Amino acid sequence: MNSQVSTIFKLAVMAGVLAFPAFGSDFYAEMVAKVLILAIFAMSLDLLVGFTGLVSFGHAAYFGIAAYVVALMTPKYDPANLWLALPASVLAAAVAAFVIGLFVLRTKGIYFIMVTLAFAQMAYYVFHDTPVGGGSDGIYLNFKPDAAIAGWAPFDLNEPHHLYYFVVAAMLAVYGLLKLVLRSPFGRVLVGIRSNEHRMLSLGYATFRYKLAAFTLAGALAGVAGFLYAVLFGFVTPEYLSWHKSGDVLLMVILGGMGNLGGAVAGAVALVGLQEIFTSVTKHWQLLMGLTIVAAVLFMPGGLTATPARIMARINGGKSNV
Amino acid sequence: MDFVSFLIQVLNSLQYGLLLFLVASGLTLVFGIMGIINLAHGSFYMVGAYLAFALTGMTGNLMLAIALGLPLAFVFGAILEWALFSHLYKRDHLEQVLLTYGLILIFEELRSLAVGDEVHGVTIPELFSASIPLSDNLSYPVYRLVISVVCLALAGGLYWLIQKTRLGMMIRAGSHDRDMVKALGIDINLLYRTVFALGVALAALAGMLAAPISSVYPGMGSSVLIISFVIVVIGGVGSVWGALVAALVIGFADTFGKVLLPDLAGLMVYLVMALVLLWRPEGIFRKG
Repeated sequence: MNSQVSTIFKLAVMAGVLAFPAFGSDFYAEMVAKVLILAIFAMSLDLLVGFTGLVSFGHAAYFGIAAYVVALMTPKYDPANLWLALPASVLAAAVAAFVIGLFVLRTKGIYFIMVTLAFAQMAYYVFHDTPVGGGSDGIYLNFKPDAAIAGWAPFDLNEPHHLYYFVVAAMLAVYGLLKLVLRSPFGRVLVGIRSNEHRMLSLGYATFRYKLAAFTLAGALAGVAGFLYAVLFGFVTPEYLSWHKSGDVLLMVILGGMGNLGGAVAGAVALVGLQEIFTSVTKHWQLLMGLTIVAAVLFMPGGLTATPARIMARINGGKSNV
Repeated sequence: MDFVSFLIQVLNSLQYGLLLFLVASGLTLVFGIMGIINLAHGSFYMVGAYLAFALTGMTGNLMLAIALGLPLAFVFGAILEWALFSHLYKRDHLEQVLLTYGLILIFEELRSLAVGDEVHGVTIPELFSASIPLSDNLSYPVYRLVISVVCLALAGGLYWLIQKTRLGMMIRAGSHDRDMVKALGIDINLLYRTVFALGVALAALAGMLAAPISSVYPGMGSSVLIISFVIVVIGGVGSVWGALVAALVIGFADTFGKVLLPDLAGLMVYLVMALVLLWRPEGIFRKG
């Protein structure tokens, strides 16, 4: 897809998303909001997997930790303060990512994949086995965070439309932030690390610090997604940190095409869309999901966003270069 | 803790660790030799347990079920390698993770379609159903000892296979330099298929042996999978002896964790892993 078509496409999608609550039902608005939140989650992982070349298989940990922080900060009969709860949960996710990053970034390749998974499992069991977060039942958030600043409320997250646009704004903010980060010298170093870490080292970059910064940022942004997810659905469970969740978000990134923020978004749309379609067909929907994944790996290298180019190349008779 | 209950926990740790070794050894071999991360390895454990359940139902005896199930699992592994995994050798780890993640979903749902989602029990063969009394009110089941002995014998068998036979020589050579092995005229595809099928059979055997004590339930593959990965990482990817040591460490950490610190039982295993990796980022027995 050339850049003009791509820009027009993105703008059209954006217009559709912005106008959606005006004509779509609340049920579907909630689904779009869910997709947008998962898109944030997928983009945060893409920073690691697609741009820095770090395949984390434990990204759900940061998502879940942030979700638990907002749930724990919400008193039983009162809402939490949004302007405290949001930074606190994102900060908690960032700190967790920083500390875990100190350990896991010492390893490489397959070790990295497995060690990130193991640390995420550790976090999972903290919430699953100990009474910190209500054990395996999780916690309900009886109230959505209150946006009031000294008595004045710019918006109210209990209003479905307000919540919807809050999610849209967050998604755009994360997208914009990541675009900026990737264009910055810092982002260029990350891409350099993905292509050849040894070369970056010999050029004098302390790659460990760059990777740790990327890992922390990705954890924080996953925290944004976890915060929004907990607020949207009103409860948290240890499943938010489970390795299935880490697998799903990895799936979104790869399905959409790595190293491409639009791809991460497309992956989130595709995954939620497929889940909706398959669950409406059969209760054994995971079978269809599994078959789709296997087929996607075998026949669609490069992911969704690379597929139009591959098909065009096939039509033109040339060989695809992706 | 008095001596008898301590002894029981030690025996339990050994039995659990040795059983985990059966699963982890296949995982580490498949990675060490073929460079494949196989998330579906836990599913083979589950397949084994369900095979034990189905075949015990048909034949009326677990030992007969294992005798029938083991070759079935081996053939199943060979077919799977031929149909799917042989396409993954040149792909990167990410695609392997993805494809085998998809396979987990497929296996779980096929299991649900074939036998449903209920928890099933498998009876212990009559020969081993006794318990050895250790004190007035504590005893130890013979069947658990049998598991430990079988697993130890298999570990010895694996040692012999890898260190003393021609196939083992090829396996060791293949894990060092697969192109060189190819260049020496060894049929690398056949070698891969054999090793993969062997790994599947070992995991399935672990599932069959565990079926009477853990019962047979949906999702049983996942928990074993993650623990096996931890073992492979601690032991050093590709090292069978590392896997044995690590499996025993994990067996003890998990069993004693549950007894001494029940609140942190789930965490224990991962804590051990973090500590080992701090000490040696590439596992205890990292191969070159």
